[in-house]
Amino acid sequence: MANVPQELKYTEDHEWVRVEGDTATFGITDYAQGELGDVVFLELPDEGDDVKQHETFGSIEAVKTVADLFAPLSGEVLAVNGSLEDEPETINKDPYNAGWLVKIKMSKTDELDGLMDAEAYNQHIS
Amino acid sequence: MPEKLLYELSVEGRRGVPMPSSDVPAADTLPGSLARTEDAPLPEVSENEAVRHFVRLSTMNHHVDKGFYPLGSCTMKYNPKVNESIVAMKEFADVHPFAPTRMVQGAIRVMVELNEALKEISGFAACSLQPPAGASGELTGLMMMKKYHADRGDSGRYRVIIPDSAHGTNPATIAFAGCEVVEIPSKEDGTLDPEAIRDAVDERLVGLMVTNPNTLGIFESNIRQVADIVHEAGGLMYMDGANLNALLGITTPDALGFDVMHINLHKTFSTPHGGGGPGSGPVCCTEALEPFLPTPIAAKRGDSYLLDWDRPKSIGKMHGFYGNFGMHVRALTYIWSNGKNGLEDVSKLAILNANYVRAMLQDDYELPRADRCLHEVVFSADRQAANGVKALDIAKRLLDFGMHAPTVYFPLIVHEAMMIEPTETESKETLDEFIAAMKQIAKEAIETPERLHEAPTTTPVRRLDEAAAARNPNVRFTKA
Repeated sequence: MANVPQELKYTEDHEWVRVEGDTATFGITDYAQGELGDVVFLELPDEGDDVKQHETFGSIEAVKTVADLFAPLSGEVLAVNGSLEDEPETINKDPYNAGWLVKIKMSKTDELDGLMDAEAYNQHIS
Repeated sequence: MPEKLLYELSVEGRRGVPMPSSDVPAADTLPGSLARTEDAPLPEVSENEAVRHFVRLSTMNHHVDKGFYPLGSCTMKYNPKVNESIVAMKEFADVHPFAPTRMVQGAIRVMVELNEALKEISGFAACSLQPPAGASGELTGLMMMKKYHADRGDSGRYRVIIPDSAHGTNPATIAFAGCEVVEIPSKEDGTLDPEAIRDAVDERLVGLMVTNPNTLGIFESNIRQVADIVHEAGGLMYMDGANLNALLGITTPDALGFDVMHINLHKTFSTPHGGGGPGSGPVCCTEALEPFLPTPIAAKRGDSYLLDWDRPKSIGKMHGFYGNFGMHVRALTYIWSNGKNGLEDVSKLAILNANYVRAMLQDDYELPRADRCLHEVVFSADRQAANGVKALDIAKRLLDFGMHAPTVYFPLIVHEAMMIEPTETESKETLDEFIAAMKQIAKEAIETPERLHEAPTTTPVRRLDEAAAARNPNVRFTKA
């Protein structure tokens, strides 16, 4: 059974969002990492880049496939998890904490309304 | 016991063949700054050590001469040995590509005859044998489509539609050709959705690329309707010929409404591939697209055979010389040794074999799309996954039975996909052995799921750490 923390928001593309003030952190869910299998490579934006909701902001490569990463929200990238470059397996081990991908400064907070809560995401993956 | 590398078998000074010392003075051809200061570190072994090394490797490896190879979408049919005898004839094997055409009339005739055969099989008006692989054929076709539009002054077209079941090479080709990929979701039954395609076409459309039968092994029965929609929008229809093995003599891509396609000689026409290639991906097209085919084209004028370079609208050359000529000889041998009726039987038996496997295994594995298929069948390991056994575990376990695994995790639209293509060259006895192995694995997935995670246990190497290999590739031998 995949772990779905209560306090996070989710997208249909299996990304999670943690909101703190006007910043938001993205990652991929435990379910997503389980489906992908061992992650071997990531392509992420640079600090200062703009990401747009529903648009690709990077890609994730696992042994069996490569998948696009779709931005759950729009905003400017404040920080990128550089440790994933050397240790992409962190995403498999700890998808919700050490395996975070990027932090953004949200430009449209009303986009949050379109995200799922833990209960709805649990439904989505069952 | 892993096989040592030739470098590890090397003993300084050991030679396979004793070479006499040269009786002419060494030429001083290279400037000193470019010459080696020490000998290249090549392995030094005797002839029998080298031969035994490669024979041992060939027995450790799985290949179509050794066992069943149901790798979906790859058409790993047996490669008849008569193909090899013909291509080994010195008139083919020793031909030089710079030889004057009057000295290689027979070789050019082989290309002309193969062109004619492929035209008849595809229904198309013209053909080029130059692309050396399927993906190269795709790029050739797409460049021809772009040039066709540009030649008509129809600029501003840059979008190419593919279904979400497409082979990975299709979007890659589209991007490489400088176009934009438009991916359309398939219908619930796994086939093209004409309405979604209608919504996606406009004056920006270059064309649509699709495999038929598609990657689920299902015939696209709406293909003519889709072709009409694409053509009305001014676009062209490209067929990925990877699955042509299901259509020989039954229908032609031309009759289905396509304008251009590639044919994988190394799949449908039995030339070797899977490490044994090289491939060959001829492109066939309608009369309207013919001027844009790559140069040169093998042709017959009067009584002589020639290479036609005078094609001003051609997209140019796609490969050195005339493509992989050895594959042309093998494919023509295969086509002529089967004949027209024989080729139709090839497709019918390929379809029968896949449907036999489908019918025999549908109680053991989930069959997510369609109750029928053509030359390949896609199961899902969803039922086994509920017990912690994934498609990968099933694929690895099959290796213990001396069989190659099916394609797994493709097409992407099927969860835990296992894509099985038995081909026509397998007997019922071989298929029954495969079916029995798959049934046993399904039983093991219920009774001893944890043991499947250990598989394979009888192969020369056990389960490899693919993640470590991808994260930390080490492909170079370093002397200790």
